[in-house]
Amino acid sequence: MDSLERKVRVATAWLGGCSGCHMSLLDMDERLLELADRIELCASPLTDYKDFPPVDVALVEGAVANQDHLEHIRHIRANSKILVSFGDCAVTGNVPAMRNAYGVEDVLNEAYRANTSVVVGVPVGNAVVPRLLGRVRPVHEVVAVDLFLQGCPPDAQAIHELLAALVEGRRPALEGRRFG
Amino acid sequence: MTFEELMEQQARELERQRALSRRIYCCTAAGCVSCGAEAVRKAVAAEIKSRELDGTMEVCGTGCMGLCSQGPLVRTSDDGALYGNVEAADAAALVSAAPADDPRLAQRRIDTSTPFFVKQKKIVLANSGVVDPERIADYIAAGGYQALAKAVAEMTPREVIAEVRASGLRGRGGAGYPTALKWELVAKQPGATKYVVCNADEGDPGAFMDRSVLEGDPHRVLEGMAIAGYAVGAQQGYVYVRGEYTLAIQRLQAAIRQAERERLLGSRIFEDTFQFRVDLRIGAGAFVCGEETALIASIEGRRGQPRQRPPYPPESGLWGKPTLINNVETFANIPPILVNGGEWFAGIGSAPSTGTKVFALAGKIVNTGLIEVPMGTSLREIVFDIGGGVPGGGEFKAAQTGGPSGGCIPAEFLDTPVDFESLARIGSIMGSGGLIVMDKTSSMVDVARYFMEFCMEESCGKCIPCRAGTAQMHDILTRILKREATRADLEMLERLCVLLGETSLCGLGQTAPNPVLSTLKYFRREYEELLPAEHSAAGGER
Amino acid sequence: MSVKTLVIDGKAVTGRAGETIFNVAWENGVRIPRLCHVGGLSDVGACRLCLVEIEGQRKLAAACLTPVEEGMVVHTSSERLKEHRRLILELLLAERNHVCAVCVMNGACELQDLAAELGVDHVRLRYRFPKLGVDTSHERFGQDQNRCILCTRCVRVCDEVEGAHTKDVFGRGSGSLIINDMGGPWGESDTCTSCGKCVQVCPTGALFSKGKSVAEMRKDRGFLKYIVTAREKREWIR
Ligand SMILES: Cc1cc2nc3c(=O)[nH]c(=O)nc-3n(C[C@H](O)[C@H](O)[C@H](O)COP(=O)(O)O)c2cc1C
Ligand code: SF4
Ligand code: SF4
Ligand code: SF4
Ligand code: SF4
Ligand code: FES
Ligand code: FES
Repeated sequence: MDSLERKVRVATAWLGGCSGCHMSLLDMDERLLELADRIELCASPLTDYKDFPPVDVALVEGAVANQDHLEHIRHIRANSKILVSFGDCAVTGNVPAMRNAYGVEDVLNEAYRANTSVVVGVPVGNAVVPRLLGRVRPVHEVVAVDLFLQGCPPDAQAIHELLAALVEGRRPALEGRRFG
Repeated sequence: MTFEELMEQQARELERQRALSRRIYCCTAAGCVSCGAEAVRKAVAAEIKSRELDGTMEVCGTGCMGLCSQGPLVRTSDDGALYGNVEAADAAALVSAAPADDPRLAQRRIDTSTPFFVKQKKIVLANSGVVDPERIADYIAAGGYQALAKAVAEMTPREVIAEVRASGLRGRGGAGYPTALKWELVAKQPGATKYVVCNADEGDPGAFMDRSVLEGDPHRVLEGMAIAGYAVGAQQGYVYVRGEYTLAIQRLQAAIRQAERERLLGSRIFEDTFQFRVDLRIGAGAFVCGEETALIASIEGRRGQPRQRPPYPPESGLWGKPTLINNVETFANIPPILVNGGEWFAGIGSAPSTGTKVFALAGKIVNTGLIEVPMGTSLREIVFDIGGGVPGGGEFKAAQTGGPSGGCIPAEFLDTPVDFESLARIGSIMGSGGLIVMDKTSSMVDVARYFMEFCMEESCGKCIPCRAGTAQMHDILTRILKREATRADLEMLERLCVLLGETSLCGLGQTAPNPVLSTLKYFRREYEELLPAEHSAAGGER
Repeated sequence: MSVKTLVIDGKAVTGRAGETIFNVAWENGVRIPRLCHVGGLSDVGACRLCLVEIEGQRKLAAACLTPVEEGMVVHTSSERLKEHRRLILELLLAERNHVCAVCVMNGACELQDLAAELGVDHVRLRYRFPKLGVDTSHERFGQDQNRCILCTRCVRVCDEVEGAHTKDVFGRGSGSLIINDMGGPWGESDTCTSCGKCVQVCPTGALFSKGKSVAEMRKDRGFLKYIVTAREKREWIR
């Protein structure tokens, strides 16, 4: 990567996750400011993904759990040079994927019929509520992934190392990291 | 019994048989029984009785006559004629003065000068379809137990092993390990307690060679085991036979009882100090229990799981004692080797694969059934001359040998001689003798998936590569067939092949990749065609 | 006692006759990965992580089951071995439901540790998501089949050290399960003495003490050595 010539264009995205990984990103505190000089944050979970711009690095939190995620991740892949599976949900499916052992029907029934006092119906997917996929999948099962950052959430130190390395144009030293 | 008494019994029985005007042999092995052989036998027996032909004609049930696809089969002794698709209604004709002249039977007569018959060479199956497996007298009349007599009375254990070595016989259980070498290993172990085990677990899908031998000629196997016991210094033998083989179990039980009564098993065999008992152990039908260390665990009453080798069973087998384990067909070859000499056997086949091999032909082939051919017979002769080729003018695509541990052989190798080395060279194995023919309509990926499913279901679960790896490989193959897999999946499939082969604990896991490897080697295009065109990971929902 | 000299990863070492490659390597600071082996119990050679290369031998050998021989030259961490080990760990992680983030053993699990040590940063295989149960019928312990790697340490310690033989393997293939007695609830077992040995030797979160929440379960890895040394040498030391 051509380092230092221009700012590295970074985006973060958020599929089926809890936002914990993004919180951990913010945990970098003042080191975030150091990086800010060399990074241009082009998109974040608050921007509309249809406008997801071409970037150098995309950090993707969360598993692919519904129809929106599926479209979103394909769009991101097509628009990023380096795609990072960011945190355990993206890397393994983690907690969101725990429903896979049961099947989507059973899970929806359990949540919207069996255990509610007021039954308002089971969401089947429409313009507002995206349809759930039959099986929650880690990101690399859907698109090619370049780097994996485990952890639930990954600690700020590791995130810093990852971003710093990408800015400096070297492979991040992330050996010995564990799931969980 | 003494040797003289054995010869007298033989002479007496032969005399009795010669006095009959006709013996009517009805194949009552599983294939023919499944299409009504018992009814035929009963009808013939009733016909003999009602015509008061008792002293002059008799009907006897036999083991498989080979051409199972045309069962029930019946053979008449006086003219040697063979009839197929026989029905109970043919009974009267079969006991008539000239059955061959009966118009119905004439139509059902099978020409025995065709390649199916003349290209075969029967050693193991020599008695199958010829003797009544439920009568020891029949076996003795055919020369039975003379090899044991010769061994015990005239040979030292060392000489017996030398004769087996001269024969070049190699284990028929799959791996082709030299039989004499194994016997020697057990023989030279110190200690008075040793065991001989006959592996009759036969779990490969489509294989029924061993069952046929046990059902058709059980005494032959017992005699082979007793000779082995004499050679290695064991006094106890076990036949480990799968529970599904009820007829084989019945016949073995009956045969053991008869042999004990005649003092051909038990103590003081041929008035010698040699003693040898045989007991049955019934398996519950797990494929992995055919693996020798799992088999040992199962006989000992433990969970049938393999363990690390070494130590090998010849050093530490049943209850930690030296144990000889051979396959049914291996033992069945022993009596003729001792009677005719190792040299004779070594002259058959193509060294270093001597003798014959029994195959069970199945799949897209005209003559499904059991055949026995000299080692080194070409695949082409087996499939086309003996097997009659692909039915309905179909085109041959591949032959699968060795079951779930074996591989698929494409048409370009039809001229390969079928022996241990040649098959290994082209990525398959001899295995125990299953041979499945596939035509152009067969998907080779599906064939690989089928065998992987078998291995996945039969994995004992002890070691991770096999337990979890077969499940993953099956998943990938299934997705390939559904056109949902990517190139990365195919690479992972190949990677798993290497892992299982190099790291699994026992032969099941080590050889489970073989059907995948061989189909990838010869039919890679079929895999590629099922991958999506674009290189990226497949999208869509599963 | 006869002594064998051999080379492990380029290092000349000695071991007693009958000692395994695994033990001699560890005594000499070469930490061969393992999951089914645990000192003090019989070895089964099931996990295949300890496979090593021995010069002159075509096949890989399980270090935990192979005695040292004079003149052996052993390699324990070639690229080929590392790649095999990674894939074996991936197979395990994909086989059942390992959700470290919510697991009692998070942070002290042998499977998790090995994955980190060997650089498994993602699983290239499809997760299988089997539907498995958790047995909390025992008053002090729990058993979670979702985390079980079928290493049979629990079966062996219960049989060989406690002498209860409460636990055993049921079924075959990937569907194998560790059961108590004839398969009933652990809490209703007639044979379990509640000694807790199985819980302590279990490398993962499959067996745990009740009342432990996420990442709270820690296991006493030294207790087995203590018991075995006490039995064999009559030395009650820790
Ligand atoms: C998974 C597995 C299944 C096996 N099944 C059989 C079997 O059904 N019958 C058999 O004779 N050998 C079987 N074998 C081979 C035996 O372990 C053993 O090598 C054989 O019985 C030795 O006999 P042989 O030397 O006469 O061939 C099997 C091996 C493996 C690894
Ligand atoms: S290779 Fe398969 S059958 Fe053999 S021990 Fe391992 S799990 Fe069991
Ligand atoms: S048992 Fe270990 S690997 Fe499995 S979820 Fe728990 S911590 Fe993770
Ligand atoms: S607590 Fe003790 S007795 Fe009970 S199952 Fe575990 S090891 Fe066996
Ligand atoms: S419960 Fe624990 S010790 Fe027992 S087999 Fe499973 S992972 Fe191993
Ligand atoms: S079963 Fe009768 S011929 Fe094979
Ligand atoms: S530690 Fe040796 S095979 Fe598991």
